Amino acid sequence: MLKIKNLKADIENRSILNNLNLEIKPGEVHAIMGPNGSGKSTLSNILSGKKGYDISGEILFENKNIFELETEERAHKGIFLAFQYPLEIPGVNTNIFLKTSLNAIRKARGEKELDAIEFLKLVKLKAKELKFDEEKLNRQLNVGFSGGEKKKNEILQMSILNPKLSILDETDSGLDIDALKTVADGVNSLRKKDNSFLIITHYQRLLDYIKPDYVHVLMNGKIIKSGGPELALELEKKGYENFN
Amino acid sequence: MREKQIDKLKDYKYGFTTDIENIRAPKGLNKEVIEFISKAKKEPKWMLDWRMKAFERLKNLKEPNWQKPKYPKIDYQDIYYYSAPKSASEKPKSIDELDPKLLETYKKLGIPLQEQQRLNGIAVDAVFDSVSVATTFKDKLNEVGVIFCSISEAIQKHPELVKKYLGSVIPLTDHYFATLNSAVFTDGSFVYIPPGVKCPMELSTYFRINASQTGQFERTLIIADKESYVSYLEGCTAPMRDENQLHAANVELVALDNAEIKYSTVQNWYPGDENGKGGIYNFVTKRGLCKGTNSKISWTQVETGSAITWKYPSCILQGDNSIGEFYSIAITNNHQKADTGTKMIHLGKNTKSKIISKGISAGFSDMTYRGLVDISSKAKNSRNYTQCDSLLMGNKCGAHTVPYIKNKNPESNIAHEATTSKISEEQLYYCQQRGLNPEEAVGLIVNGFCKEVLQQLPMEFAVEAQKLVGISLEGSVG
Repeated sequence: MLKIKNLKADIENRSILNNLNLEIKPGEVHAIMGPNGSGKSTLSNILSGKKGYDISGEILFENKNIFELETEERAHKGIFLAFQYPLEIPGVNTNIFLKTSLNAIRKARGEKELDAIEFLKLVKLKAKELKFDEEKLNRQLNVGFSGGEKKKNEILQMSILNPKLSILDETDSGLDIDALKTVADGVNSLRKKDNSFLIITHYQRLLDYIKPDYVHVLMNGKIIKSGGPELALELEKKGYENFN
Repeated sequence: MREKQIDKLKDYKYGFTTDIENIRAPKGLNKEVIEFISKAKKEPKWMLDWRMKAFERLKNLKEPNWQKPKYPKIDYQDIYYYSAPKSASEKPKSIDELDPKLLETYKKLGIPLQEQQRLNGIAVDAVFDSVSVATTFKDKLNEVGVIFCSISEAIQKHPELVKKYLGSVIPLTDHYFATLNSAVFTDGSFVYIPPGVKCPMELSTYFRINASQTGQFERTLIIADKESYVSYLEGCTAPMRDENQLHAANVELVALDNAEIKYSTVQNWYPGDENGKGGIYNFVTKRGLCKGTNSKISWTQVETGSAITWKYPSCILQGDNSIGEFYSIAITNNHQKADTGTKMIHLGKNTKSKIISKGISAGFSDMTYRGLVDISSKAKNSRNYTQCDSLLMGNKCGAHTVPYIKNKNPESNIAHEATTSKISEEQLYYCQQRGLNPEEAVGLIVNGFCKEVLQQLPMEFAVEAQKLVGISLEGSVG
């Protein structure tokens, strides 16, 4: 599904990612763990096509290079990023945002756009599954939402858009244990043989609820070690500093 | 024709010209031209006298110059003050007899006039340059006693109403552009809603400037008699030309006891090209008088066009318990300029006013909100709430808020809130990640920003206005 080869990224002549290699196959869940400043968020931004980085190397999504694609074109292809800090958009109703988003993607794929009734049926179902307060869907996007509600809203959007590759950028940070469970349930319910996940996190905690197939340790812009779920536990015990 | 038609029609879809034979008054501003206009409209003598009075007065007035957008000196002798399609000079008896070119023009503008194609539930008065060429649903409105016709027709057929109310809200002597309009006004709409009648359909006027080097001097008068209600909407477009054309309108509204007037504007005059060449100077005086107790006047404007927009639709709250509202979206892009807002003059007791203004500036444009809230010493227990929000796109545009507040009554209360924000790169990135292209993202964010105002528009026009908001900002991201 996703193949990253020798990915280098600089920002203002400062090297952030350095020869990063990673392959994610359909249905796999990969976790990337690393300390602050190791390049985790840069990786998720580059995968979703954010501008402002000097990059070289190769990113293949379903065997096609996506380097030249705009952020929205990558979204149309099925790449979703759950933001570490979801944005507030005053005045824009959450439901309307979700519907606009879903229909933009469906349209780009040549699928029929959903009308208001079809959409509301879908959103109600998903909100119920994720225990997301339906009343919040009629509020302005993320305005006045708590940290946990914003993160849950990201997972709700993910579940409605049903992407092929979901990148979760520190979705667990700032969540209490109940919210963490809900988020994990949401991810787990989307785990299918065609859907892959890249979970970026500081802590092992989230991985208690979402069992990854692989864990990678990112330090100084490079994956220094890869392994199974046990690697996360080892990391938690030793800490990043002693890991090297 | 001497004019140079700008061949690029990419963004402004109303920029076409209708090739039609015109009757014009000689160029320039003088007594003979005013007589020409009055004669062309078969006006009674009192009307001509009124115009002449204004013209005399004009000689002693100077153009105001306190506004923020400056413009090159206008040569008032180099303007045609009257231009009308030849075929419309003898007004055809029915719309089906109208010049096919005119019918085609309005069809292209999305305002079909023929019976079988008309917009449902909306009566339209179509003003083409200096004349009203057609008014739809007149008979149906007549059944309930509503008068909806061109002001020219009203002067002939309803002189008692026109005499009583014309100039009663905007006096002859008001200020330069208003007085100019009083001297040379050509056409516009007249509405009278009799006591106790709720107007059964939306009334609207569609203003079209077509001829080059021509000014449009619209005059509209709306009277809502006791216990009546009317919702009225005006739309405006013009061809793309590299000259600036003047549109100096006067609009007067009068609401008697317990009457309500809802007046909406979707202004999409040609804004000039991306380098600021051409476009309409939209210098308009709009004023409503809440004359009766419990009367209400509500202005809603969506101002997206014009090279310069300069207007302050205002309410004089004379009747006790009367209410004035002003909802505005003003968008400037490229080199457009706007200086717009409102005046709320509280004279009666327990009067209330509400101002919601949303300004959006992009490109190299400049936007000023200017508003006056004036509560007189007799306006006991009056209230005003003002909210002015500005949204900036990019860092080469400007937004300014200039509120004037006068409160001479200690029992009254004025609240003013203002915000300025910018569409952030991060917001755009977030929307793009969810599959929206940058222009769709801006459209969504801006429509969210304007929602409170868009909701005030009659439903039939809200969707159109929403699209217009998106189109006006096209090319402003990237």
